Amino acid sequence: MIIELGHYALILAVMTTFVQCVFPLWGAIRQDPWLQSMARISAFVTFALVVLSYAALTYAYLSSDFSVANVVLNSHSTKPLIYKISGVWSNHEGSMMLWVLILVFFAALVAFRSDGMPERLLASVLSVQGAIAFAFLIFIVLTSNPFLRVGDPPADGQGLNPILADPGLAIHPPLLYLGYVGFSVAFSFAIGALIHGRIDAIWARFVRPWTLLAWIFLTLGISMGSYWAYYELGWGGWWFWDPVENASLMPWLMGTALLHSTIVMEKRDALKVWTILLSILTFSLSLLGTFLVRSGVITSVHSFASDPGRGLFILGILVVFIGGGLLLFALRASSLKQGGLFAPVSREGALVLNNLFLAASTVAVLVGTLYPLVLETFSGAKISVGAPYFNLTAVPLFIILLVLVPFGQSLAWKRGDLLGVMQRLLFAFGLSVLAALIIFAFTTGGPVMAPVGIGLGLWMILGSATDIFIRIWPRRFDISHIFARAWGLPRSAWGTALAHAGLGISVIGIAATAWGVEHISLTKAGEKIIVGPYTVALETSFKRSGQGFREEGARFLITRDDQSLGALETSKRVHAGREMPTTEAGIETFGFGQLYASLNEILPDGRVSVHLYWKPLVTLIWGGSLLMALGGALSLSDRRVRITAAERVSRATGKSRGAPA
Amino acid sequence: MTRKQKRLSLIAAAGLILASSAGLILYALNDRIVFFYTPSDLTKQVIGPGTRVRIGGLVDVGSVDKSALPLIKFSITDGEGKLPVIYKGSLPDLFREGQGVVSEGVITPDHVLQADTVLAKHDENYMPKEVADALKEKGVWQGGAPK
Repeated sequence: MIIELGHYALILAVMTTFVQCVFPLWGAIRQDPWLQSMARISAFVTFALVVLSYAALTYAYLSSDFSVANVVLNSHSTKPLIYKISGVWSNHEGSMMLWVLILVFFAALVAFRSDGMPERLLASVLSVQGAIAFAFLIFIVLTSNPFLRVGDPPADGQGLNPILADPGLAIHPPLLYLGYVGFSVAFSFAIGALIHGRIDAIWARFVRPWTLLAWIFLTLGISMGSYWAYYELGWGGWWFWDPVENASLMPWLMGTALLHSTIVMEKRDALKVWTILLSILTFSLSLLGTFLVRSGVITSVHSFASDPGRGLFILGILVVFIGGGLLLFALRASSLKQGGLFAPVSREGALVLNNLFLAASTVAVLVGTLYPLVLETFSGAKISVGAPYFNLTAVPLFIILLVLVPFGQSLAWKRGDLLGVMQRLLFAFGLSVLAALIIFAFTTGGPVMAPVGIGLGLWMILGSATDIFIRIWPRRFDISHIFARAWGLPRSAWGTALAHAGLGISVIGIAATAWGVEHISLTKAGEKIIVGPYTVALETSFKRSGQGFREEGARFLITRDDQSLGALETSKRVHAGREMPTTEAGIETFGFGQLYASLNEILPDGRVSVHLYWKPLVTLIWGGSLLMALGGALSLSDRRVRITAAERVSRATGKSRGAPA
Repeated sequence: MTRKQKRLSLIAAAGLILASSAGLILYALNDRIVFFYTPSDLTKQVIGPGTRVRIGGLVDVGSVDKSALPLIKFSITDGEGKLPVIYKGSLPDLFREGQGVVSEGVITPDHVLQADTVLAKHDENYMPKEVADALKEKGVWQGGAPK
């Protein structure tokens, strides 16, 4: 009964999103306040219906209702509670439900926080949100319905793919989707502005917090996905330039560009048309990511099903929204009032450079991701584009961008003083170069890129520190003065500094991977294997069974300078329900580095084949990205950026609700 | 700075960055990509020494030799041709005789693939796409659309 109720709510939501799409838009065009006012109501009703529907599906998982096909295929009655909840989105149908749930959640949130927004803009924005939700709801109902029953319910389900049964992966999809889908708000605002025919700094004030919010979640989602791949797949790598990873990196790069261009627009009323274009492109890349991952065009751990009908349907959605958005942009962009020009040497000039580098690197990633698909379609040749391509194209662009970041951060708006900035940054620059040289000197024979990368990371960190230091250091030294000034500094300034420093920390972690050591060996008990600064020796191998799995594994003792430092355990697991083995890597963290063991095989004579890695500073990669997200959150908490801030501005400037176009 | 100079400097910066990244992309697409072959393709085509290739097919039944661990030897077959592979590294969990596999590396003069990457599938239903296509073409494997 509850299942049917959920199914019914889902179909009803198709109707309400249709209303949300058509009537407010009609109202916005006809300037009819009554039709416009339907936007808010229908967004709330749609949200309530999708929540109901999603809750019903979750209930089916929690109660292990094996009359529902989706539950049979993806759940098992003995699964722990958390994996019953995350099981909902561990498959194609459920993950599309989550996608739509987040989409309508954002629409409802926009409607809820809409005080002070011109009613006509709100109506257009919610109408576009309604159109996207309508398309995806139709997609779910027609091709990916999670509520279908089976005629003959089995006694138990087939269980979750064991590599997906992991706490990291339980939260990775919701985070990633909050990011992907969050960019839909900027897209809807851009389309709204194009329909509206006007755009100003107030528009940027409304868009910036949503973009920032989406960016924070996408940063966390990508970082979590990377860490999951690192410890769960047992390959020891943290980024493979796999198409599905690129699919999430592209909207992140473009979204980062958008984040910076909205600042220029808000502060200087410039880069308007460019910001609109970036808003459209960022969400287009999110849609492209959804298509690549969900359509089965690319086979990976993410492609749950490759039903050609689904792929074509998503491709249709993609064409309509990306094509429609860009077409509208082409037709209407010229009617928008152009923003002002500015001096090249200024904060806004630097942010333009940031945007250019980010856009160019997005193109490089996009070409590398799509080229194999295009080539296969037209010539039949099968190729793979991997790390060598991306290291030559996107990475150099990243490096130049990183070198420039501290300069941009320290330049003043309007007219920057490049010489003064260079003087101020001299200390940070000198220290970073010195550090790189010292490291290079002490690691003779090692890879050159590691000290260079560490210098680069330090430069980002010290550059951010310099910026904060100069802003809070008073002319005459007085400790209470410093605290007062530090307290008085806007939180968005701290946020920027923290995010850039976090990026620097990630860069250091990435650079240090060049010093990593890996060692594959066939070893017997007691034999010593030297892995970086540590010595690892096989203690024993074991067989045991745990909740829902049995495993056979090996235990290694770690020592350094004859001091015992604990043990590493790595195993091969076979999970109940699916006879599919997984490798459980053994990981021990020392400082910021990690010792990583991945079991290959235990031979009948007791010898063990194992892949051992020492990864210095590797945890900084994810630690840095957490700091970046934290910096974003700090910026978001700035009262000037907060979602309601635009309301006060619009009141103060006399642009109240229903302002004429 | 006049308005014209401002606009020019913006256009020049954009042009420079876009042109140089376009150049990099074109160069890398020529030089840094890896082609996919099946073992029988290799009998018709000559691959220069040192060129990286991707080979896909089924792991030949009975060919997996682990006597020299951690060095692993096996053969990839597509029904017509066969190519021996030498690999030092971790095999994926779902590496099995008779199952689909993709391996990347360099072909040595004595016609052996010196592999540094071996990919199998992520779950029990899925066959690497290139392999599924190639094998269907040859009629070796019929299986429905990989689920």
